[in-house]
Amino acid sequence: MEKSSVQHKTGFWEVVKSLLSGLRLTWRHFRNADKRRAPVPVMDENYFNQPEGLVTLTYPYEAIPVPENGRYRLHNEIDDCIVCDLCAKICPVNCITIESVKATEEIGMTSDGTKKRLYAPVFDIDMAKCCYCGLCTTVCPTDCLTMTPVYDFAEVDIKNMIYHFTDLTPEQAEEKKQLLAKQQEEMAAAKAAALAARKQQG
Amino acid sequence: MLAFLLTLMLLLGIVIVLAYAERKVAAFMQDRMGPTEAGPYGSLQSVLDVLKLLQKEDIVPAAADKKLFKLAPILIFAAVFAGFAVIPFTPDLIPAGIGIGVFYLLAIISLDVVGLLMAGWGSNNKYAMLGAMRSVAQIVSYEIPAGLAILSVVMICQSLDFQEISYQQGILLNRFSGLEFETNWLFGIEALGINTTNIGGITTWNIFRAPILLVAFVIYFIASLAESNRAPFDIPEAESELVAGFHVEYSGFRFAVLFLAEYSMMVLVSLVAVILFLGSWNTPLPNLTALKFANWTTGTVGELSGILWGGFWLLSKTFVLLFLQLQIRWTYPRLRVDQLMHLCWKVLTPVALGIVLLAGIWRLLMV
Repeated sequence: MEKSSVQHKTGFWEVVKSLLSGLRLTWRHFRNADKRRAPVPVMDENYFNQPEGLVTLTYPYEAIPVPENGRYRLHNEIDDCIVCDLCAKICPVNCITIESVKATEEIGMTSDGTKKRLYAPVFDIDMAKCCYCGLCTTVCPTDCLTMTPVYDFAEVDIKNMIYHFTDLTPEQAEEKKQLLAKQQEEMAAAKAAALAARKQQG
Repeated sequence: MLAFLLTLMLLLGIVIVLAYAERKVAAFMQDRMGPTEAGPYGSLQSVLDVLKLLQKEDIVPAAADKKLFKLAPILIFAAVFAGFAVIPFTPDLIPAGIGIGVFYLLAIISLDVVGLLMAGWGSNNKYAMLGAMRSVAQIVSYEIPAGLAILSVVMICQSLDFQEISYQQGILLNRFSGLEFETNWLFGIEALGINTTNIGGITTWNIFRAPILLVAFVIYFIASLAESNRAPFDIPEAESELVAGFHVEYSGFRFAVLFLAEYSMMVLVSLVAVILFLGSWNTPLPNLTALKFANWTTGTVGELSGILWGGFWLLSKTFVLLFLQLQIRWTYPRLRVDQLMHLCWKVLTPVALGIVLLAGIWRLLMV
């Protein structure tokens, strides 16, 4: 059995035949070069069903869409953020840095109706450190921290990998801090006054 | 001087197109896209490559034999380019119409080997030396089957003049001085009684005038791949083991010249194959009774139409062969050195010797 199969592939005409079949193969690929693979996402039913034509895409101009539930670049919608710090706490690589300042008055509401009571003078995510585990997006109570389908965000300077999401300028942040300090001072003064008044009464 | 410049311009044009075609064909056969950025469909890519090479520094290694190293690329290119001197481009356009063109061509191309050895030795680099030795061994070996295949054509045509061989393969046979009373018979055999002198076209190509030359053509084509160091006989270059063979130390302009010489060699061997076997500048379309396809697609000798048709047929046939060379490169794997020598000495050479004998007998039948 084995011997006959070896025999089958030797001899002049067999060699010629196999040489020609090689040429036919490359010729077939050359002829199909006018067809292109369509940039369909992996969810598409034709994704594995494109046997012919060029397979490469001219990447920056066209790209295969990524799945919606994929984990890529983080984005924080700061208007909806209540600065609860949960994301920073759960992050396994500590790539989220948040500083919060209590608001002296009501700031507003998030789009899902939660009251906002804190300002975030600093809300930085270091995407160079991020491990794309997605834990921060699961714990986020207002769903303001999300994964976007953007994956091509290489930078020349690694400092640019730190994304700043705060909506306050440093001056505004300083102002809010002073407002808070002032309010706290006033409150403390009022408290001290009340305490003193009670002591006098007592 | 004018012929020199015109041939050089033509050659540079063809090589630029060929270098682009090489990349595109390779890409398409591997389901890739090839160059797409420079110009429409990347068509300016090879022009840019040449410009880039010309801007680069010309590095000469400190330990190299500087004279040999610097001279080698020029010698290699000069040897190949000199071969173009005897190539007839149209019925009345040939840079140097000498009577022993075939002999001259074989002799001058052999000089190439000296240049390769100079490059390999002069680089003072083990890879370059190995590449050059392999290259020389391969070219010297394959010149024998190639030479024998050419010899069988020379025996059938009874001429060493490329232009005479060209005239013999078409309807212009009787226009060549000395061949006024010759006739072409189908398969070259007068006994069959079919006169093809005025039918022309593919029936008078050498591979049809003497069908035995079809085998000679295949032998010549295989040997010519080896002579121009093309895959599957590219062991002298062998990117994966020898980096780049004899031109590993070259950069800038000198590398460009070596590159040019390599592609010129491809063009030259294809041109020679077309002239000797595939009807040279003659049209492939035969005259069929009332439909004078051959006459229509030949033009008038000495006028612009003759030059244009001749050049068109010669170059288009050459490009078909060049495409075949490219396709073979992207189809077959590289041969081992011993397989290469086996193919040359034990297969091609004995078969070519047999073809020479048969061609001689065929010639006896033809007259």
